[in-house]
Amino acid sequence: MSEAQPHQGSPHLRSRAEGLAAALPPLLAQAEHLASTVLLGEHGRRRAGMGDEFWQYRHIAPGDEAREIDWRRSAKSDVHFIRQKEWQAAQSVVIWVDGSQSMRFSGDRNRPAKADRARLLALALSVLLVRGGERVGLSNIGAPPRSGQLQLVRIAEALTESLSDEDYGTPETPGLPSHARAVFISDFMGDMAGVEAALAKAADRDVRGALFQILDPVEEAFPFDGRTIFQSMGGTLEHETLKAGDLKQRYLERLAERKDRLEQLSRVSGWLYGCHHTGDSAQAALLWLYGALERAR
Amino acid sequence: MWMLGPIGFTAPLLLLGLLALPILWILLRAVPPAPIRRRFPGVALLLGLADDETQTDRTPWWLLLIRMLAAAAIIIGFAGPVLNPQVEDTGSGPLLVVVDGTWADAPDWARRQDRIAVLMEEAGRAGRTVALIQRTELPAGPLEFLSADRVATEVAGIEPNPWEPDPEAQAAWIEGLGDARFDTVWLSDGLERETRAPMLEALEARGRVRVIEGGRPVQALAPVLYEDGEVLLNVRRAVTAGDAELTLDAIGRDPAGTERVLARTEMTIPAGADGAETALSLPPELRNRITRFQIAGLRSAAAVSLTDDSLKRREVALIAGRDDREGLELLSPVHYLRQALAPTADLLDGGLMDILPANPDAIVLADVARLAPLEQDALLEWIDEGGLLVRFAGPRLAASDVSRDELDPLMPVRLREGGRSIGGAMSWGEPRTLRPFTEGSPFFGLTIPDEVTVSSQVMAQPDPALGERVIAALADGTPLVTRRPIGAGQVVLFHVTANAEWSTLPLSGLFVEMLERLAVSTRPSMPTIDDLTGTTWSADHVLDGFGDLHDAETLPGVSGERLAERRFGREMPPGLYTDGERSLALNVLAEDDALVPASWPARIPVEGMSIVRETRLAGPILAVALMLLALDLLASLWLSGRLRGGRGVFAGMLALALLLPSAPPAMAQDADAEGADDALAIAATGEVVLAHVITGDPQLDKLADAGLRGLSEGLFNRTSVEPAEPMAVNLETDELAFFPFLYWPVSENQPIPTAEAYARLNRYLRSGGMILFDTRDADIGGYGGSTPTGRKLQQLAAPLDIPPLEPIPQDHVLTRTFYLLQDFPGRYASRDVWVESAPEDAELADGMPFRNLNDNVTPVVIGGNDWASAWAVDRSGAPLYPVGRGFAGERQRELALRFGVNLIMHVLTGNYKSDQVHVPALLDRLGQ
Repeated sequence: MSEAQPHQGSPHLRSRAEGLAAALPPLLAQAEHLASTVLLGEHGRRRAGMGDEFWQYRHIAPGDEAREIDWRRSAKSDVHFIRQKEWQAAQSVVIWVDGSQSMRFSGDRNRPAKADRARLLALALSVLLVRGGERVGLSNIGAPPRSGQLQLVRIAEALTESLSDEDYGTPETPGLPSHARAVFISDFMGDMAGVEAALAKAADRDVRGALFQILDPVEEAFPFDGRTIFQSMGGTLEHETLKAGDLKQRYLERLAERKDRLEQLSRVSGWLYGCHHTGDSAQAALLWLYGALERAR
Repeated sequence: MWMLGPIGFTAPLLLLGLLALPILWILLRAVPPAPIRRRFPGVALLLGLADDETQTDRTPWWLLLIRMLAAAAIIIGFAGPVLNPQVEDTGSGPLLVVVDGTWADAPDWARRQDRIAVLMEEAGRAGRTVALIQRTELPAGPLEFLSADRVATEVAGIEPNPWEPDPEAQAAWIEGLGDARFDTVWLSDGLERETRAPMLEALEARGRVRVIEGGRPVQALAPVLYEDGEVLLNVRRAVTAGDAELTLDAIGRDPAGTERVLARTEMTIPAGADGAETALSLPPELRNRITRFQIAGLRSAAAVSLTDDSLKRREVALIAGRDDREGLELLSPVHYLRQALAPTADLLDGGLMDILPANPDAIVLADVARLAPLEQDALLEWIDEGGLLVRFAGPRLAASDVSRDELDPLMPVRLREGGRSIGGAMSWGEPRTLRPFTEGSPFFGLTIPDEVTVSSQVMAQPDPALGERVIAALADGTPLVTRRPIGAGQVVLFHVTANAEWSTLPLSGLFVEMLERLAVSTRPSMPTIDDLTGTTWSADHVLDGFGDLHDAETLPGVSGERLAERRFGREMPPGLYTDGERSLALNVLAEDDALVPASWPARIPVEGMSIVRETRLAGPILAVALMLLALDLLASLWLSGRLRGGRGVFAGMLALALLLPSAPPAMAQDADAEGADDALAIAATGEVVLAHVITGDPQLDKLADAGLRGLSEGLFNRTSVEPAEPMAVNLETDELAFFPFLYWPVSENQPIPTAEAYARLNRYLRSGGMILFDTRDADIGGYGGSTPTGRKLQQLAAPLDIPPLEPIPQDHVLTRTFYLLQDFPGRYASRDVWVESAPEDAELADGMPFRNLNDNVTPVVIGGNDWASAWAVDRSGAPLYPVGRGFAGERQRELALRFGVNLIMHVLTGNYKSDQVHVPALLDRLGQ
């Protein structure tokens, strides 16, 4: 877009709206498709409780109400059985997707940008969770987590909004419910203080979850040489070198350091840390995320 | 031009630019490569990382060196460097280039052409117009000066001639020059001849003359002589130089008919000598086979000496009617014959039946009257095959009744009873002299000495046929010598004795000459003008300037007088001339010719032949500069880290392509080939198309094309097969599957197809295609490896997947696919045609005319009958090549066409006619 940011109500509104609508169904469809490869059925809590699904019969014990007796089962024997149902309690999951400029990066024309992969994973995870009966929310929207297909549409809408102007993003968790689950998806290239603060805040509310770092393979390989001026995606940061090839080793060390730090942070606060490269399959990443949420429960 | 060693510069001032290189070095050194701006999120991690201390922001020295070299190369390249520049002043105005163009030029002809090309180049640079003439072939019209470029294209086309410049033509040419002014460069062959001085004078009168001479010393082989049972080889040379080792080859046909070196001898020309001689002793059988002697490795007409009758020794058998009476040698009937023939012929003695198997060239019967029936038959057979029987009369013949009432088969004429005697003691008149020989007689042109008289003779019976049989007569008109052809040979009767009893003829030189004219004997050496008067000779083989022999089909006959003059020219080049049985070799060098080196006046500058071609170096040096720049581009890209990823690879390829400037445009060709393939497929499959294999011999390909056109027309007219125009198939590139039938004429020097082509051919054969191999040699050899094309066929067919073959059996389906045939003639009518053999278990059922044969179309038909020639027609449908003679030949052509029709029917309908359903109809037609 060569012009300045268009205002609401301007003639550009329609084209923007159309662009938005054009991106939405594919993203949702893609996410649904991705999720369908994982989801095999609605999952229960593996214990008796409130719910619709049959869980088990058990002998009546003192304190059980008479109306709980399953007469049809009890008639087959001399003892009375109580029919228990599986506990199906919905969990709240809050997902934060880094919307900063640095996520716009892609090292290759044929590779999706990090932001694209992050959105896809977030939405697919949402689809999975909604199908599992959980409540999902996007911390970017600020609204509390909800369940249902409508929430998916809302999340998708929020994800297709344009990125912020910031160079690097900081996890924001307004209205994070206690005991909820949280997923932070970012490249974690920016300042670590924001991440630490967000994690501390989450730990205070007994929120556990996963830190999911998405990197481009180029960021791992640093295949540069010669005289180069490196700029951040927003252009606020700049570094000039005469021989980029020499910097490779030191850059890789720093990157490994950053990963260690994230790992350590997550371990301390009971979170999980995962790293994903945009060159790899999204499905593996989704599986990991799903598994991480399972474990964190 | 400014010279630096062998290199000159056309624009030397530009070289001053080299002085600027050090400044450029300093400038370039200070400028580091421009940085690349990259967006990279990881920059947050890079902040604070400093570069190594040692890393400078200057261009690396080797990159600088590349750039310096490139700059230097550009400067030098534009300064116009020329290797070995020709700096002589070339003058101005028109330039005439004279080349002798004789046989003496031939060994160094390529160098002479190069030298002329250099002259043209120089003249072209100086803007002079040029004319090029060859002294052996002076142009008829006025001298035309054209631009040097134009004339340079003609240089490759001129060839040396095997004759000397003609003085008359030269005089006429000089006359035609008028008062034109021009400079001359004369490429001399280094030999002195009479025509040189006037030419030089004429040229000097019109401008400056420069002479270029040199190359190898001129060597020539004089005509070989036969003396005392040895062949004398005489080599001459023009310049007395150091030792020269030569190898002389005697070349002729071996018993198998192949031309090869039959004998070889080494000889040395001693230093300072202008020639040398060596003798070669050869057995007569070998000697008679030799057709020419040659100095090995020297390509010149004068290095070849053709041989003729003088080297051949005829074998003559002398048979007398009565036994020699001891002591009376001079009365022996064969004494004078022996004397006349001994020097030039090998004489055979013995009984007639012993001699005939030796197949002598001539048999002389001196006064033999009657032969035994067995001998007569054998003799007749021998004459029929080309023998020459010469009979002499005598008392016995006169007394016998041979050929009196009716013509004896071994006599040319009928004789009257008794003889006649003139001028004796008991008769009237004087002994008769001879009447001059009439035109048409083999003796025409011989001078008759006065002393030859005839006193007795046998008389020929007057007869309507007598007139044409008389080849010599007495003054009163009575026949003296009569002749009658029998088959390929002839019988000649001298009506006198072979000794001096009846006439003085045997005592005269005329007797020997007559025997020679009859080819009983051969002449000992080059005939004189008298010997040749009245004869007409036709060229058999002629030499070109390089000493290669060619057929002389279109050359007109040459009179004997002209031959004796030995003035060679376009109408009479050196070569082998024949007149009936006799042959005469006219070699470039006569026996007494000497080679004299040309001596030029001191005022004429004479240059050597060696040339140093000037080479312009600007192109290569600039190319090097470009390559260096491309290298610099690559290196800079690599240095700045841009040589990565797709774009980097592309840039690298581009730079590499610049480094290697001649990449073939393969893509376009592929596209073209595809289009052509489609067109071929559509053309070949739209209608039935007969095809032939391209052999690489244009004449043969044309013949095959014409043959298939004839066959296609025949099919069109006679059958429901209506083929389109035949096609030529390139085995290497074309798809064969479209053609039901391939005609493959085998020529000796066609290339063997590649392995891919063979794979395609095998696939074609397996999938039902048919190839007709035609070795076209059934006239000289049956099927087999004995002929050159037969051997070639073996080579060609070895990698092919061909089933076992057999000569075409009588009941093969090819004999009845359309016409009922038993013979498969083409231009030649050989029975040897081979097809796939019938299976072992094929049996002849009772009452059936044919076996139940294999179910397939035979994949190959192999023969040598040159079918294409028999089929070939021109555009108007008329036959191109003769087949046989007369009606029988036309019948043979018809049969050939029928074979073709049967063959194509076989290809298209397979074993249809083998089907037993047709047997009753076929039986009916076969009349069984």
